[in-house]
Amino acid sequence: MLVALAVGLSPLPFTVATVAAQTPAAAETEQKKSDAEISSFFLDNGLQVVVIPDHRSPVVTHMLWYKVGSADEAPGKSGIAHFFEHLMFKGTKNHAPGEFSRRVSEIGGQENAFTSNDYTAYFQQVSPDALETMMSYEADRMHNLILTDDVIGPERNVILEERGSRVESEPGALLGEEMDATLYQNHPYRIPVIGWMHEIEKLNREDAIDFYQRYYAPNNAVLIVAGDVDAENVKRLGEATYGKVPRGPELPPRVRPTEPEQNTRRTVSMPDPRVSVPSVRKAWVVPSYTTAEPGEAEALDLLSEILGGGPRSRAYEALVVKEGIASGVGAYYQSDALDATAFQVYASPRGAATIDDVEKAMDAEIARIVADGVTPDELEQAKKRYVRSLIFARDSQSGMARIYGSTLTTGGTIKDIEEWPDRIEAVTTEQVQDVARRYLDQSRSVTGYLLPAEGERS
Amino acid sequence: MKAIFASVIGFGLAFLPAVAPAQAAVDIQQVTSDKGITAWLVEDYTVPIISIRFAFEGGSTQDPVGKEGLAQLMSGLFDEGAGDLGRTEFQEELDQSGAEMSFDAGPDAFYGSMRMLAEDRAEAFRLLELAVNQPRFDAEPLARIRAQMVAGIQARANDPETEASIAWANAIYGDHPYARQDEGTPETLATITRDDLRELHRDLFARDNLVVSVVGAIDAQTLKAELDRVFGSLPEAPDVGDVQRVEPKLDQQISLPFEIPQATLRLAYPGIERDDPQFFAAYLMNHILGGGTFSSRLFDEVREKRGLAYGIGSSLVNRDYSSALMIGTSTRADRAEETLGVIRDVIKRMAEEGPTEQELRDAKDYVVGAYAINNLDTSSAIARTLVQLQIEDLGIDYIDRRGDLIEAVTLEDVKAVAKRLLSAEPAIMIVGPTVSFDKG
Repeated sequence: MLVALAVGLSPLPFTVATVAAQTPAAAETEQKKSDAEISSFFLDNGLQVVVIPDHRSPVVTHMLWYKVGSADEAPGKSGIAHFFEHLMFKGTKNHAPGEFSRRVSEIGGQENAFTSNDYTAYFQQVSPDALETMMSYEADRMHNLILTDDVIGPERNVILEERGSRVESEPGALLGEEMDATLYQNHPYRIPVIGWMHEIEKLNREDAIDFYQRYYAPNNAVLIVAGDVDAENVKRLGEATYGKVPRGPELPPRVRPTEPEQNTRRTVSMPDPRVSVPSVRKAWVVPSYTTAEPGEAEALDLLSEILGGGPRSRAYEALVVKEGIASGVGAYYQSDALDATAFQVYASPRGAATIDDVEKAMDAEIARIVADGVTPDELEQAKKRYVRSLIFARDSQSGMARIYGSTLTTGGTIKDIEEWPDRIEAVTTEQVQDVARRYLDQSRSVTGYLLPAEGERS
Repeated sequence: MKAIFASVIGFGLAFLPAVAPAQAAVDIQQVTSDKGITAWLVEDYTVPIISIRFAFEGGSTQDPVGKEGLAQLMSGLFDEGAGDLGRTEFQEELDQSGAEMSFDAGPDAFYGSMRMLAEDRAEAFRLLELAVNQPRFDAEPLARIRAQMVAGIQARANDPETEASIAWANAIYGDHPYARQDEGTPETLATITRDDLRELHRDLFARDNLVVSVVGAIDAQTLKAELDRVFGSLPEAPDVGDVQRVEPKLDQQISLPFEIPQATLRLAYPGIERDDPQFFAAYLMNHILGGGTFSSRLFDEVREKRGLAYGIGSSLVNRDYSSALMIGTSTRADRAEETLGVIRDVIKRMAEEGPTEQELRDAKDYVVGAYAINNLDTSSAIARTLVQLQIEDLGIDYIDRRGDLIEAVTLEDVKAVAKRLLSAEPAIMIVGPTVSFDKG
């Protein structure tokens, strides 16, 4: 189900998933203003720098985020943002291909990168004395990358294999792509981050150079440094490294094609011989934190928690525990997006129950919230779980860096993060009922069925 | 902001789990309670949370024949009612206390973890005490969790990777418990009763096979009382059956035909025991060969130079009763044979020549420096690492000693161990459109 949306590489037990996957997926925001030492400033060339001190261990997380993702790609060039992420590991004018990675490895550091619809980020975790070196390499590849056909060709093959592993080998991932392509009728979130196979195959050196020159510049990036450092030091090192990179062209606002009014109920069915237990998902286009009216996104967050956020949620209690018709069920709101985003529910039948049974039962739970709302008690408990997760989030340096990076590259501000707990606290039961009524409308939903091979639908 | 990472895709190398650790700035105290429960404690008040992790040695290898999946099924039931609290009451109180509890069964040990807010410590430990000592295994949760496991098994049933994993385990481990799937089968799960669960709980949950570690905002004195509360009433001795050592069966070729676009390759070579004097030489050799960085030999030859695969890696698999060196990748079906050839060439060269002085230097720097980042970066990670060190009996000063153990490895040591492990004819499995095996 949701696994299909998440990161995950090789199914082999001894090649565990990427670092990105290992970071707690449900990380949360940050501490209250009163004890925040988090600081933010800009370099003269426009690079925003955020420093998140954490002195518990001699480790620093250095994470550079670019405000560009797959939804910014030109038509016909799907996958270029992600392809480019790979190319950033090649050589520059000053450093041979692989040298940066070797350097990170030599000092016992970790590194990786990831691409989403709205951002692309690169990170290293190293000891604090290596921070300046990391900054100098990262600043270097922001501006001095050498892109030749010799590096593009094999790396494109790697990406095609990556698509093979992540998508073609996973029926759930294939269905996810088709659902997105159906859910978004006009917005580029309909295009997979990794790109369509036939378009990836055609990506070339010119595409890569265009992309680099347009988007990779300090004034289109946010640097997050978390760990055993202080702001003054980061500022000094930042000026000595990133500060030397010239400002790039001023980019126009990120205005993407918007969704038309949706008026249909759509269905996507995918039978696949590799599927033996069916499952159903349903998705709607809803506002993100960036596009929502005040309070709406917070209400959607709490709605997803109450409806399907875990073993105490309504859907789990009803479908899995009481009726015993589902083996798994849940709800999911992808709240951090620059543009309107998705709210999803999903379920899988158990025992003699059919996929229709679980779909009907899930619909009934939604209808019940639309009709009767949620109880003050449920809402309080959901809020408490959210706010508590902020304290747990502070335990993870890279988790904190990701919260700041993803917020700042999807239209949010540091103030938004700081005020988030208060805004969650302020949500009323009426607001939760209201977003359920307004957005979870069956007449403009997309339902996806993952089914055993043709003829076996039960 | 809850689900922020969902549609993110990573650059992609698989970082392999580190087998062994080194240098770090954690100050570990050994705490022994009045009732004799010992724990390793790292006190840290920076964030007001406490993480506890513990393990009872003896995991799914203890599942009786015909009741495979028992340990895993049991692991799903500890937060489903305990003492006089039914499922709903237990989960309500757990939620109210702000704590997160989880249990999981590995082949060799049964693990439990809890993460709590320091201010709600007493309430959280009370619930842990109930779960550890008086799990209820009520009929409804038993049926539900079993059904979820069965659904999971069925959902994976037609997946080539699953069939591959089963075939691989059977081929490598024969009729040893390591060949079994930890989650059992729908048939074996169906036979499991509440009495089976009670029996396994009684046999495994004892003080003599328990290790505990705690990290966070708690002092030794307070911890002692909590240790006694949670574990002090458990029986002294466990009742676990003997498990035989097993050598992985090498020198065999397994071909699983599937019409799929990518072929999966797996290779198994001899491994090395954790207490073997050459362990660190092997560990460094594996790192150079295919360990978790973007600069290993396999990564360079297979991915960087030829673009044959997205991920490739090797790792030392160390279980209590078996060890192996495993390599795995997925590649274009029409180039699977070529990929296998490249892998075998890389192995052959490593076996014959070993690494260079420079490669060894870099590997040492990496595995010394990476320890803290890989193993000690959050409270939960530290607790997990400290439990593993206790299971492996490496000593409370191991983290301090590890750097020296690694530095002491010579190039000759690594060459010798490369020859020792990689000269063997491996087990090889190819899953995908049929390809021929070249014994090269």
